[in-house]
Amino acid sequence: MPNSSSIVLSARALERTVTRMADEILERNDGTDGLVLVGIQRRGVQIAERIAARIESSEGVRVPLGALDITLYRDDLQTVGPRPVVGKTLIPIALDGRNVVIVDDVLFTGRTIRAALDELADFGRPARVGLAVLIDRGGRELPIQPDVVGTHVEAPHGARVDVFVKELDGKDEVVLTSGGTA
Amino acid sequence: MSAPLGKDLLGLEQLTAEQITLVLDTAVPLKEISERTIKKVPTLRGATIVNLFFEASTRTRISFEFAEKRMSADTVNVGAAGSSVSKGETLVDTARNLEAMRIDMVVIRHPASGAAQFLAERIESNVINAGDGTHEHPTQGLLDLLTLRDHFGTIAGKKVCLCGDVLHSRVARSNIWGLSKLGAEVAVCGPRSLLPNAIEDMGVRVFDRIEAAIEWADALNVLRLQLERMHAGYIPSLREYNRVFGVTRERLERAPRDVLILHPGPMNRGVEIDSDVADGPHSVILNQVTNGVAIRMAVLYLLSGNSPQLAEAAKGAA
Amino acid sequence: MSAHRDVLLKGGRLVDPSSKLDGIGDLLVRDGKIESVGGTIAAPADATVIDCTGQVVAPGFIDVHCHLREPGREDVETIATGARAAAAGGFTAVCAMPNTDPVTDNQAAVGFVLKQGKAAAAARVYPIGAISIGERGERLAEFGEMVGAGAIAVSDDGKPVVSAQLMRTALEYARTFGIPVADHCEDPTLAEGGAMNEGLVSARLGLKGIPSEAEEIMAIRDILLARRTGGHVHLCHMSTRGSVELIRWGKDRNIRVTAEVCPHHLSLTETEVEGYDTHAKMNPPLRTADDVDALQQAVKDGTIDVIATDHAPHHYDEKEREFADAPNGIVGFETALAVNITWLVKPGIISLATLIDKMSCAPAKLFHLPGGTLRRGGAADVTVFDPVREWTVEPTRFFTKGRNTPYTGRTLTGLVACVLVDGRIVHTVKG
Repeated sequence: MPNSSSIVLSARALERTVTRMADEILERNDGTDGLVLVGIQRRGVQIAERIAARIESSEGVRVPLGALDITLYRDDLQTVGPRPVVGKTLIPIALDGRNVVIVDDVLFTGRTIRAALDELADFGRPARVGLAVLIDRGGRELPIQPDVVGTHVEAPHGARVDVFVKELDGKDEVVLTSGGTA
Repeated sequence: MSAPLGKDLLGLEQLTAEQITLVLDTAVPLKEISERTIKKVPTLRGATIVNLFFEASTRTRISFEFAEKRMSADTVNVGAAGSSVSKGETLVDTARNLEAMRIDMVVIRHPASGAAQFLAERIESNVINAGDGTHEHPTQGLLDLLTLRDHFGTIAGKKVCLCGDVLHSRVARSNIWGLSKLGAEVAVCGPRSLLPNAIEDMGVRVFDRIEAAIEWADALNVLRLQLERMHAGYIPSLREYNRVFGVTRERLERAPRDVLILHPGPMNRGVEIDSDVADGPHSVILNQVTNGVAIRMAVLYLLSGNSPQLAEAAKGAA
Repeated sequence: MSAHRDVLLKGGRLVDPSSKLDGIGDLLVRDGKIESVGGTIAAPADATVIDCTGQVVAPGFIDVHCHLREPGREDVETIATGARAAAAGGFTAVCAMPNTDPVTDNQAAVGFVLKQGKAAAAARVYPIGAISIGERGERLAEFGEMVGAGAIAVSDDGKPVVSAQLMRTALEYARTFGIPVADHCEDPTLAEGGAMNEGLVSARLGLKGIPSEAEEIMAIRDILLARRTGGHVHLCHMSTRGSVELIRWGKDRNIRVTAEVCPHHLSLTETEVEGYDTHAKMNPPLRTADDVDALQQAVKDGTIDVIATDHAPHHYDEKEREFADAPNGIVGFETALAVNITWLVKPGIISLATLIDKMSCAPAKLFHLPGGTLRRGGAADVTVFDPVREWTVEPTRFFTKGRNTPYTGRTLTGLVACVLVDGRIVHTVKG
């Protein structure tokens, strides 16, 4: 059976979605005080950067922005091979007492967020940790729920949701691919 | 798909440039872990690593142990003294015992060249060579490469001279292979009595005078001169060695460019290297030590993907 | 004592350089002697007839250099197992080096080796006595008494004779008894701690090398001392091009120097050590392709007189260890012929007749031993082998207790079919 693809978010829609996510984060945090955004490698980092840029333009405040690579915290390392490439982790300030918002592109099983929570704990004890995702495609395998969602997508288990960002992929777009042999 | 490094790390001679670059690239993001409040990631949780040191070593053993612990592995240290080794147990029996205890990885330092390969051929666990006789010391070679790359941005085209006792140096051999594979120009400099006869056939150039080496090089990797070499008659005295081959500030000041200084340690200050060079602005000796932990973490991480026992255990748990 | 049955070897290719014989014919053996040779011989009543069609019938091989480990290391080899293995390799006589424990340095020890050899009832075993007491390189052993008890040469093999003065005296003293003085040529200060040939491979593997000069310096010393004394010096297991040139120099001047080379030095190079394979560890070490080439040519042109095995069995777990700590040596009896055919005869470097000369006629002549000929009336020590038959080396099938060979798994050409010692069949292969 051939794959069928559909665009979930166009470039314009993606921009509007990020803007709304930024506003929601501000609303939930009641402003920028103590707010830290931490993007998950890879495309969560770019989404977090855009949210930070939107916040800066609306609030005039540059919120601290970090990057988290969760490879070394994955729970499937012993079964996958060869070793996945390890990306960069950068947490620019101490997290103790802060309101940390984890930003990722797609929320699926929840395992990545589980790993991210473990890793964040190694950097200190935030007052609160939230989760903002561009796409929630369902299919959770762990009790993890997002606080801020860009958009929900009904994607069957074998389907793929690909987020493209200009910085890495040359275009902004979210595509749902279903069917195939998956 | 097989793991990118294979089962063991025995030497840099067997690795490709791509494999070496993979280790260096993996080590870069791992450096950050050692800067955290909690310097530990759960990657090797449940893995058992034995550090089998048949030869005295402080720096390498501690560096490996830090790397293992920062990756959450369980580690056991076995030294030659006080173990069954001192009671005459052969290496093959040691190997069989480790195998029977279901060890995931073995880090071995041994006075005999080829000991790491000997062990690797006899056990299923991953084997990491932490220095075998006068053969290779691959993690030291890798951390030297990382230190050079950090500084210069690239290895290719750089001129690196290994100074001193190349004949008995496993560090020199690993450096020669690693540097050559990554495209550096490699030279050695030292008394001919401490250079292998066939050194030119290994694709390196030879400087008889340290002054000429300094004039040529972008970086010097100054090897430790072991005191027993003097007793064995390879050189007449340490004093003369320093006067003829010592890396001194005066000599470096006459160089046409800044020369980066590396040393695998431990240093004999005032013999192969003077203190004001070791502690000087162009010394990256402490960067080497820092990079050592990251390189060893990277090697542990990359090899662990090919641990048959871990894979077996994971399958059983699934 | 009952006479053995006659043995008639029918239809083989008789090759005997000592009598310039090379042709198809029969050979009859009676009462331990060669009764008649050549042409068609009618089988006497009760004779054992062996069809040798397609086989070579040659004077039995004589190994002037082997280690049978008894007394002292009977767990590794005994004179009985060694003599049996030698027969399986086509050897009808072997000369046992004296570096046992205790050292064969007196007439009683010589007598013991001889007695065990006779009891083995396989290849003949000739004792070589030590040059110095305990092979310590200090005082001469009693050559006269040892020769009286059956020693056929003297050597401190395993160790060089370090003192030039002692070597000189040995060469002089040995003249009375007409025996060769066999020396293991090695300058111990140059070779100290060495584990393999010094060169690119040793540099890469980080193993201490033994330079060719360690052998060559002692070789020329011995040649010069032979010139001074008029004694017969026999240089053991030559391994380098330089040694070949020095021997040639000596022979050109009619100095009484003879030399041997081992099959492994004629076939393998230092690259065998790659991977730290202890089965490629021996002393002298495997050298370079250039050395192998020089040694092959030296066999061809006569600079090298004999091919000897240096058969040196070790217990398997002694070899299963770190390269630098593993003992030197490999077993050689049961692969010697096939290695020599595979690397020397098959590529056309030497003829089969030359090989038989180096393995049989020349050793008999130089060490004054019976055999080494198919002449009528000679000792009935005969080896029959198939010169084209291929087989794969499987150490577990060896007669020697040793399994330490670098040829495991290799397919070689030339298989021993039948061996007669003193007219008796001591080894035979079916099919």
